[in-house]
Amino acid sequence: MTEIDRSKARLWSRLGARATLGQAILEAARTRDDFYVMSADLAQSSGLTRFREEFPDRFINAGIAEQNMIGLAAGLAKNGTNVFATSFAPFITMRACEQVRMDMGYMQMNIKTVGLGSGLIMAQLGNSHYGLEDAAVMRAIPGMTVIDPADGAEIVRAVEALCDYDKPAYLRLTGGPGLPVVYEADMGFQIGKAIPLREGRDVAIIATGTMVHYGRAAADILGEKGIDAAVIDMHTIKPLDGACVDAQLDKKLIVTVEEASVIGGLGSAVAEHLAIRKNRPPHLILGIRDLFPHAGSYQYLLEQCGLTGGQIAADIEAALA
Amino acid sequence: MTIDKKETISALKAHARHMRVLSLQMAYNCGGSAHLGGGLSMIEAMAVLYGAVMNTAAKSDPAARDKFILSKGHGVLGLYAALAEFGIIDQALLDTFLQDGSDLIAHPVMRPALGLEASTGSLGQGISIAAGLALAAKKKGYSYQTYVLCGNGEGNEGSVWEACMSAVNFGLDNFTLFLDNNHMQSDGPSESVMNVSDRYADMLAALGFQVIGIDGNDVEQVYDAFMQPHQPGRPKAIVGNTVKGKGVSFMENNGDWHHGRLTRSQFEAALKEVEATL
Repeated sequence: MTEIDRSKARLWSRLGARATLGQAILEAARTRDDFYVMSADLAQSSGLTRFREEFPDRFINAGIAEQNMIGLAAGLAKNGTNVFATSFAPFITMRACEQVRMDMGYMQMNIKTVGLGSGLIMAQLGNSHYGLEDAAVMRAIPGMTVIDPADGAEIVRAVEALCDYDKPAYLRLTGGPGLPVVYEADMGFQIGKAIPLREGRDVAIIATGTMVHYGRAAADILGEKGIDAAVIDMHTIKPLDGACVDAQLDKKLIVTVEEASVIGGLGSAVAEHLAIRKNRPPHLILGIRDLFPHAGSYQYLLEQCGLTGGQIAADIEAALA
Repeated sequence: MTIDKKETISALKAHARHMRVLSLQMAYNCGGSAHLGGGLSMIEAMAVLYGAVMNTAAKSDPAARDKFILSKGHGVLGLYAALAEFGIIDQALLDTFLQDGSDLIAHPVMRPALGLEASTGSLGQGISIAAGLALAAKKKGYSYQTYVLCGNGEGNEGSVWEACMSAVNFGLDNFTLFLDNNHMQSDGPSESVMNVSDRYADMLAALGFQVIGIDGNDVEQVYDAFMQPHQPGRPKAIVGNTVKGKGVSFMENNGDWHHGRLTRSQFEAALKEVEATL
């Protein structure tokens, strides 16, 4: 396992999610030879250039053909070898959706799809490149695991865990260079097990991906106003850590926040889990509303979608009032 | 023709005839509709592959066992008949076709123990999986060959061409595509739906495939095509021009039998006709 410390956390933050993925895969490849990495003509944009140079036999470029990439991955994985298949989030989850459904769902092949640049980080490139629905689409496929790491350190741990994970999974990467740092030391990452980051009496903020940082920022703001908010890093959207959600039933409000559509992702997963509970607090679902945001800078998009710390805090305050 | 080859061809013809019988029995006994037309057009390809070409003996050694992927998943009658005819599954299992709880449903479900390498049914996906299998063999030095059968209607899917492109790009000379080109598809003759089925051979050749065009219902031509060695560094495609519903005159080139239900008298007539051949 890669050691996690403050300076590495800062490095990964500077690199951003995509380059950190490349680093994590490179590190893993140096210690084990049991996986292939595929790209659909986006190796450079995915931080995989060094991996390609160092392990040319284990890197497979499928060209700009995501559907075929997933099928090739299925054939490669049939002999028991893990395959990381990477592309930008909408392309790998939606262009190739039915191949993903057949090969990773129906056949449960040992493929890990990685959705790069998910959420809003593609900024000025526009909605064609955003990952709004990818979490929902992948979560709907039977047997699929969906992981949305909070920061660089958690991306590194997620890649390590996925190398030993014998099931299909979708790794959703949000955030770019300047990625907020959540962890400066090992966080005890386990697939399917949420990480409580902060205790709190009044509100539980359950967040995933970049929104773990923004959820924590919101909790800080709420704290100044006398509202005590717990923060939970729900890095695995599926299978959901239901026990962790159940432990929040004593709060006045449960909040989910994600850099993804409010339809079908973390908010839906938590709501589905809570629906049968008898005495449950209200659930505020924050994320990207049912729309294609107006393209612009990442910060402009976060503000447009109400996903900054201050906006999240204000929404929570209003919901408690 | 050598005596040995003559005997092989004659034996394969008998197998093909019996596989048609098995296909008709499955289709009739299931009590519902089955994809007869496209199952019967590919019988010769399956008889030759399983009867003379593929190494299926190394059942427990996936590195040596040749791989077959049925990309046109609805062609299961031809596939299940071959698996039973050549002893990979028990012939009695065919009686479970389309029955609740059976592994033999209308599109293959991955069951390696039954010789079913992949789940297909959504067209245009099996060639990618086959190319991935062939690529894995190249990378790991495995000896197995990969065969994939797809349909001409399936060739309408863009992903077929993504897969073919990659088979050329990766130099997969351990990969053979058999195109069951029966010139029909679900809505009728291909010329009335997507009029390119007579161009597939040229399309594959233009991509860089080694292409062999044959009568895909002629056992000897099918045998010779599979036996022709790969040109080094190139994937091979056999474009077999076939007849949908081959072997049963009222089914041949008749779109009603793409997916149809046999009455008892139709079943008996079809059986009689198939048994009378050779």
